[in-house]
Amino acid sequence: MKELQSSQERSYTPFIGPFDPCVPVTHKTYVIPPNQYIVFQPLNLPQFPLQEALKLGTLWPALYSPYESRRGRREQTKDGNESL
Amino acid sequence: MWIYEKKLQYPVRVNKCDITMAKYLIEQYGGADGELAAALRYLNQRYSIPDKVIGLLTDIGTEEFAHLEMIATMVYKLTKDASAQQMEEAGLGAHYANHDNALFYNNAAGVPWTAAYIQAKGDPLADLYEDIAAEEKARATYQWLIDMTDDVDLQDSLKFLRQREIVHSLRFREAVEIIKEDRETKKIF
Repeated sequence: MKELQSSQERSYTPFIGPFDPCVPVTHKTYVIPPNQYIVFQPLNLPQFPLQEALKLGTLWPALYSPYESRRGRREQTKDGNESL
Repeated sequence: MWIYEKKLQYPVRVNKCDITMAKYLIEQYGGADGELAAALRYLNQRYSIPDKVIGLLTDIGTEEFAHLEMIATMVYKLTKDASAQQMEEAGLGAHYANHDNALFYNNAAGVPWTAAYIQAKGDPLADLYEDIAAEEKARATYQWLIDMTDDVDLQDSLKFLRQREIVHSLRFREAVEIIKEDRETKKIF
């Protein structure tokens, strides 16, 4: 699950000014869900078992995009401090 | 014609009495990229779109109402027992002054819903691209809402809704592929 989520994550390192008033975030991330790589869903793709599909919100593993809350997730900043 | 099934599309459990979260969840209720805007956008656009994709707009528009009901349930559970003081402390004082504990179609900042949030251009490509954008914006909103709560049960329902946005986005992209096709069109010479 974690690997799948991180494989759908992209990141970039934003510009950090020398006089930023707050502890800068060195590493920003965003999500590219798997729908962006499918033009038209092909026939006969593998399916989740029905119970699991109802829980996950999709029948198709090829469309599944896990997302864990970033609440409390801390990221390392350049001076070694932690910031939200 | 609709048939109403008296159950939620996906269970909604709220474990933590975090009234402030209701203030943020309302973004998906009466916000620009919320479920009300989505449902009304698709169910209106479907009249003036090629026949082949009308059914898709009907299906997705209908499902958006099921999502609206889930968000309403979350907000209701969080606010139904809140006193005036608790509402005020949760940042919902202005809401309470106008609505008591009732739900209302406004966004997280209290701005009331407006039809200006949605469009029906009559051009199939323009309308479907708006719909794709709306789904991705709703997906992003769900991400930020998931980030804002540590209630894992609430997160669970929000994750389901987020996944549905991803599926809908693909279906609209497929609709674009369908209307791009030139086959079976009657050509008069």
